[in-house]
Amino acid sequence: MARITASVYTSHVPAIGAALDLGKDHEPYWQKVFAGYEFSRQWMKENRPDVVFLVYNDHANAFSLEMIPTFAIGTAAEFPIADEGWGPRPVPKVVGHPELASHIAQSVIQDDFDLTIVNRMAVDHGLTVPLSLMCGKLDPVKDAWPCPVIPFAVNVVQYPVPSGRRCWNLGRALRKAVESYDEPLKVQVWGTGGMSHQLQGPRAGLINREFDNDFLDRLIADPEQLSQMPHIDYVREAGSEGIELVMWLIARGAMSDSPPKVLRRFYHVPASNTAVGHLILENA
Amino acid sequence: MPLDRPYLDVPGTTIFDAEQSRKGYHLNQFCMSLMKAANRERFKADERAYLDEWPMTEEQKQAVMSRDLNRCIALGGNIYFLAKIGATDGKSFQQMAGSMTGLTEEQYREMMINGGRPIEGNRYVGEKS
Repeated sequence: MARITASVYTSHVPAIGAALDLGKDHEPYWQKVFAGYEFSRQWMKENRPDVVFLVYNDHANAFSLEMIPTFAIGTAAEFPIADEGWGPRPVPKVVGHPELASHIAQSVIQDDFDLTIVNRMAVDHGLTVPLSLMCGKLDPVKDAWPCPVIPFAVNVVQYPVPSGRRCWNLGRALRKAVESYDEPLKVQVWGTGGMSHQLQGPRAGLINREFDNDFLDRLIADPEQLSQMPHIDYVREAGSEGIELVMWLIARGAMSDSPPKVLRRFYHVPASNTAVGHLILENA
Repeated sequence: MPLDRPYLDVPGTTIFDAEQSRKGYHLNQFCMSLMKAANRERFKADERAYLDEWPMTEEQKQAVMSRDLNRCIALGGNIYFLAKIGATDGKSFQQMAGSMTGLTEEQYREMMINGGRPIEGNRYVGEKS
């Protein structure tokens, strides 16, 4: 049977992708960010999963206001890289895992989560920046990402976004779905976005280190309690875009009930407008 | 019965909820159209004529032409959509975010390097730090 081996959490700031693509990753400003992921890149090489289930949000690229799915699962064989207005990032295309993705859709929908099934979807920086941070710089044509990726897009752009509680429960349903898949696949679940940041209005630039570090502590040690936190606390304390952090609860909810092993914890301010947070949790 | 909108007392922040989204539908869809290079060219060649193809309000068109992002947001724009205007102008997310704060680009960048805007004094409208 398939099993979830570990979960990875990371911010997905677009400027991190741009820094890597433009060869600025060794500049002192960006070196401080990339250095935080050196361990993680090595770990990823040594613990290559068969599939990554990657929870992220689209930023008005695949989904405009024509359609706003709350939860969208990518079931296609491959996903092109979105042109967000600056040209597509020069990274390999994303290869999916249609068999596992459709199995998950079947199981999770039967558990009362109304997923939107998507077979044609470009993926934006929300998905590709975490891959770049964990896998390093790759040639868009000659190289490939180390494994298939199932994109799972969560609406955190138009309010109301799903609650932390709902994300947590969705993670539980996801775990059940993965564990009922016959093939013995090693699956990682990644939760991305955050940490504190606000990109709009006179309060833009907000950072809350105390909130972020408390969030990391509680995500590790008491995630179910953390999942009760209402939206307004994210917005007020972590900025209007800090609400992306609810997505981390999907990945955390997919982990086993035993306390996880904390393999990596990293926090840095700033990357552009944003606080960067990163965890690797392994199932004991 | 009024809906629960507990975020209205967060200072300097507009939450893009269903009401804002309704107001900003055409403004945001105009922004999406700038993802195509040919549309960016047409927009740059004659902004007014391009905007007149969209059923936006005059106020929304003026806000776009003056690149007043705070005004765009008040009129229903969302930052991820408005970012397409920034991309058309060759602006980064940091430049766009900074433009809404009253700080210069350099001041905003410095503020971020020094740890960002503090939360103290920035939780509630009217709060003093």
